[in-house]
Amino acid sequence: MKRAANVAKLPDLPEEIRAAVLEVTDRLKDLPGALLPVLHGVQEALGYVPEDAVPLIAREMNLSRADVHGVISFYHFFRSHPSGRRVIYVCRAESCQAMGAVTLEKHIKQRLGVDFHQTTADGAYTLEPVYCLGNCACSPAIMVDDELQGRMTPARFDAWLDAEAT
Amino acid sequence: MSFTVYVPRDASALSLGAEAVAHAIAAEAARRNIDIKVVRNGSRGLYWLEPMVEVATPEGRVAYGPVQKADIKALFDANFFEGGKHALSLGLTEEIDFLKNQQRLTFARVGIVDPRSLDDYRAHGGYRGLETALRMDGAAIVQAVTDSGLRGRGGAAFPAGIKWKTCHDVQGGQKYIVCNADEGDSGTYSDRMIMEGDPFVLIEGMTIAGIAVGATQGYIYLRVEYPHAQRALEAAIAAAETAGYLGDNIGGSGKAFRLEVRMAGGAYICGEETSLLESLEGKRGQVRFKPPLPAIQGLFGKPTVINNVITLATVPIILEKGATYYRDYGVGRSRGTLPIQLAGNIKHAGLVERAFGLTLRELIEGYGGGTASGRAVRAIQVGGPLGAYIPASQLDVQVDYEAFVAIGGMLGHGGMVVFDDTVDMAAQARYAMEFCAIESCGKCTPCRIGSTRGVEVIDRIVAGNAAEREREEVLLRDLCNTMLAGSLCALGGMAPFPVLSALDHFHEDFEASAT
Repeated sequence: MKRAANVAKLPDLPEEIRAAVLEVTDRLKDLPGALLPVLHGVQEALGYVPEDAVPLIAREMNLSRADVHGVISFYHFFRSHPSGRRVIYVCRAESCQAMGAVTLEKHIKQRLGVDFHQTTADGAYTLEPVYCLGNCACSPAIMVDDELQGRMTPARFDAWLDAEAT
Repeated sequence: MSFTVYVPRDASALSLGAEAVAHAIAAEAARRNIDIKVVRNGSRGLYWLEPMVEVATPEGRVAYGPVQKADIKALFDANFFEGGKHALSLGLTEEIDFLKNQQRLTFARVGIVDPRSLDDYRAHGGYRGLETALRMDGAAIVQAVTDSGLRGRGGAAFPAGIKWKTCHDVQGGQKYIVCNADEGDSGTYSDRMIMEGDPFVLIEGMTIAGIAVGATQGYIYLRVEYPHAQRALEAAIAAAETAGYLGDNIGGSGKAFRLEVRMAGGAYICGEETSLLESLEGKRGQVRFKPPLPAIQGLFGKPTVINNVITLATVPIILEKGATYYRDYGVGRSRGTLPIQLAGNIKHAGLVERAFGLTLRELIEGYGGGTASGRAVRAIQVGGPLGAYIPASQLDVQVDYEAFVAIGGMLGHGGMVVFDDTVDMAAQARYAMEFCAIESCGKCTPCRIGSTRGVEVIDRIVAGNAAEREREEVLLRDLCNTMLAGSLCALGGMAPFPVLSALDHFHEDFEASAT
């Protein structure tokens, strides 16, 4: 009965989002400390964790909405809005700085026409900063989705981007 | 006749084109009708030579590198699969100076074995430490780790045996082993290399820890930036479960230990152990007060051993060869070996595992060969983003925990990032504060507010005239003291190290706009 009452209070959610969230929570919610695995699961399924899905996640996990929102907003990795088709992570940390990351970062921002945390107008790329990819012996590094690239230069980035576009 | 060729699946090697090289070798072998088995090993850690391809010969493995896809046809023409001569030949791998002059204990198998093969791990001495441990009681295992002198390799350098003993001595109930694989320090990648190149050694180390303290569940808290390590660990855990090395009856001993990989959320602070435990519990990664110590009240309030990847991966060799064997390496209170990671602007970037006691100069000028740019070395940041910038004049400092503390630095996780003489140290100091502001968990004021004020003060120093600069520098040093003394954890408590070292050793960089 309690559950039914709670359901009535949930905002309307597109059926595919609702189904995806419930698939993940049904599968993972009984793990000890399940919230991060659940959020990873939702983001993997949908590409982001929709704000509208927070009440549903909270109900399924028996947490408050504030708890869930607080966790999503704490971690850099979780996003509340859809990303571009590919996410480009540019390393800003010291090892990459020592090998020209500042110049590379400026170049990539200019080339894509976006700042960090933004998506290109055509929806192709989202640009994110990252603080170390563990590729410090091959600096500077970027990661595209989960594909790591080392010894990146403005010229190599342009070559990669042009190859992607074709 | 069948040939074996090794092409690393290490993330850094892949970042330089190793996947395309592996495919090209397989395709060319098929085209030429040559029976070649391609093994995807970890990296030997000679990153300036990656992708480094090796072939098995009767004399030992022969290396070629750096190999690109376009080189494959010529390599086949030179019969590289039999060790034939080619412009990219590096000779016998083990004879390459950089590798030959190392003391690889923790990294004994990395780059040698197939990280997906439990049989290969066992064939190279794997699980001997666990076999020894299974014949001992928990207290004796803890004693061996204590006697080895092993200290936490994550950075804090706390004696591992004491942590274990505290947890061991808590009576009864559920206990946990947690591996801190949130390797967020720039310039460090040794955890990643172990997890990708020899994941079973970490699993074995955690299993031994579980048996020692009476924990039946382990978690590897892995940074989300390491998808390759995640795949390697999950494959290895599945293989260990199938073979009975994880589960309810480890090696037929009746003892239970289970292991799970948990992905982090991209927050640097979660490398701090109490913040990591909060995160594992599904919460915001905010730092906890200590006490209670995690060894007494850790994950879910239960006794927990939390150690870094390298610490846990070093346990098997200590159990296999004995505490004395490990303890005999090193100097003073820094016993054993340290996997040092050379990074940044350095000619020969890579992993050097050596006993404590060599000098920074041997590492940077010897192994590293100086800067990649060919310019003079100006500063080396040792120990990650919270580590001090060491000026070139202090290159003769000995690599051990106490010697670094004595010069106002810290060895940390053994990452060394080299900068040449084009670096602007005021900008680096500003970045240290900026990074702290971005990554602060927000719990304590000196870190949360101090880091933001620090960025502002440094901006004013750089923009100001001599009088303003002097006034603001007093303020900055005062702020650094507040952060050092008043922060709850190492993030706010150590972020002043790079700032103060930049001020002390590179003061001229703050005077750039002097009028």
